[in-house]
Amino acid sequence: MLNLLHPSLGYNLKHAHSFFAKFFGKSEATNRLLIDMVQVKGIREGLLFLLDEGDWEEGRRALFKMVSERQEFWRGAKVALDSRAVVIGEEEILSLKDELSQYHLTLWAVLSESPSTQIAAQKLGLATRFNRPQKNELEALNTIFYEGEGAVLINKTLRSGYRVEYAGHVVVLGDVNPGAEIIAAGNIIVWGRLRGVVHAGAEGDTQAVVCALDLQPTQLRIADQIALTPQRKGRPQPEMARLIDGQLIAEPWNAKER
Amino acid sequence: MPAKVITVTSGKGGVGKTTATANIAAALANMGDKVVCIDADIGLRNLDVVLGLENRIVYDLVDVVEGRCRLRQAMIRDKRLPELYLIPAAQTRDKSAVSPSDMVRLCDELRPEFDWIFIDSPAGIERGFRNAIAPADISVVITNPEVAAVRDADRIIGLIEAEEKGPPRLIINRIKPEMVKKGDMLSAEDVLELLAVELLGLIPEDGEVIISANRGVPVALDGKSRAAQAFRNIAHRLKGEKVPFLELEEQGGFFGQIGRFLRKGGG
Repeated sequence: MLNLLHPSLGYNLKHAHSFFAKFFGKSEATNRLLIDMVQVKGIREGLLFLLDEGDWEEGRRALFKMVSERQEFWRGAKVALDSRAVVIGEEEILSLKDELSQYHLTLWAVLSESPSTQIAAQKLGLATRFNRPQKNELEALNTIFYEGEGAVLINKTLRSGYRVEYAGHVVVLGDVNPGAEIIAAGNIIVWGRLRGVVHAGAEGDTQAVVCALDLQPTQLRIADQIALTPQRKGRPQPEMARLIDGQLIAEPWNAKER
Repeated sequence: MPAKVITVTSGKGGVGKTTATANIAAALANMGDKVVCIDADIGLRNLDVVLGLENRIVYDLVDVVEGRCRLRQAMIRDKRLPELYLIPAAQTRDKSAVSPSDMVRLCDELRPEFDWIFIDSPAGIERGFRNAIAPADISVVITNPEVAAVRDADRIIGLIEAEEKGPPRLIINRIKPEMVKKGDMLSAEDVLELLAVELLGLIPEDGEVIISANRGVPVALDGKSRAAQAFRNIAHRLKGEKVPFLELEEQGGFFGQIGRFLRKGGG
């Protein structure tokens, strides 16, 4: 049940063996609790903590029990958390990150099946997937987001460094500043100034559109087409960009024509 | 009165965090407030130099955190201002020697004795920044009117908001009014439009600031320049007073007038 793939952990094997010996030498009852709640895997990027079903408070307690019992062993590791179905809020992730740092562990990614947990992690600047997506993770995404259905509302300005990925539509009530990125399988609608990088129809939907009150993205992508924004002449006006005959075209939003 | 913790940060390096920290802290101490500055830039400390206290360092922040000395022993009292103290950073260690909760504990210990605790953050968004921002009551983001600095300020503001520290306040440093007038430099309005946070101060580019930093005498103490006045104004604003922003546009003077006339004629 406990998976520690040591060669990829970066710890020496001797250390690892002694860890196994100590760990399994402990009483059956304690082991059961830990193994039930949190699993640990060694991955290319460091350690992956997998939460089991249940609420976050229990998972957190099990995690810190495990960490505090083997402080020297974990010290300095990079940690990714897979919360699976457990929903974790922004504040909770933040306090987890801080508490882990006291044990010299760095939380750098939170994987989750819950969109709100993903968004919370992204707001904190944490990764929500590994660079090379794992197969089961992609499947997890597909099972939650139905094609073209569902949207996420981001009720704030996305500043430089934020990256939002969503397998549906993304609506932003605020600006998207230069240096921010939105990748959506569906449409992207920005009620504000759009100056960052956006990719609508990221999974190949050529019908996807990008709308903004002031459409000035650093780079605009729809499906597999990429365009830079020409310097605007005159006053900003609401515009919509879409693909027409394979060409990326931005047109002023005009309600009368619709 | 328990102290307010003010973290001065920027993301990008070299925009004037340390100079601003030293000057605002000195201005407040000069008004009679009790002020302590903590240099959180472990490994690349500078605040001691700008305050002119480098040669008096015995213990530092890491010594306090690791229990090699008492907090009092690491606090250096300024020679000019009896109400100004500095806790210097260690020069021979790195950011990981201190954790965010260490900083919170340290500030909680200092709070009852002071009116203001200033933390000079290192550049970057990594551990050093996290340490500096953890105990902050008020975060002050400082930027230059340059695209790269503003971009980094935007990133930093996002990170501060994500830490739920409340909206940061902005200082725009090293403004060159002549260049702004010619359209060669971002104006304060341009910067504010993008960053959308409350303005705390506008500081013009000024040679006197550099000279005084090299000498270790904060310009805000008795400097006559507009930059010195700008730092003092920021100190007043932090104390809750309403002080109008410097009218940087009017600095043209005689040559400015001629320049404008020539441009008009030429254009």
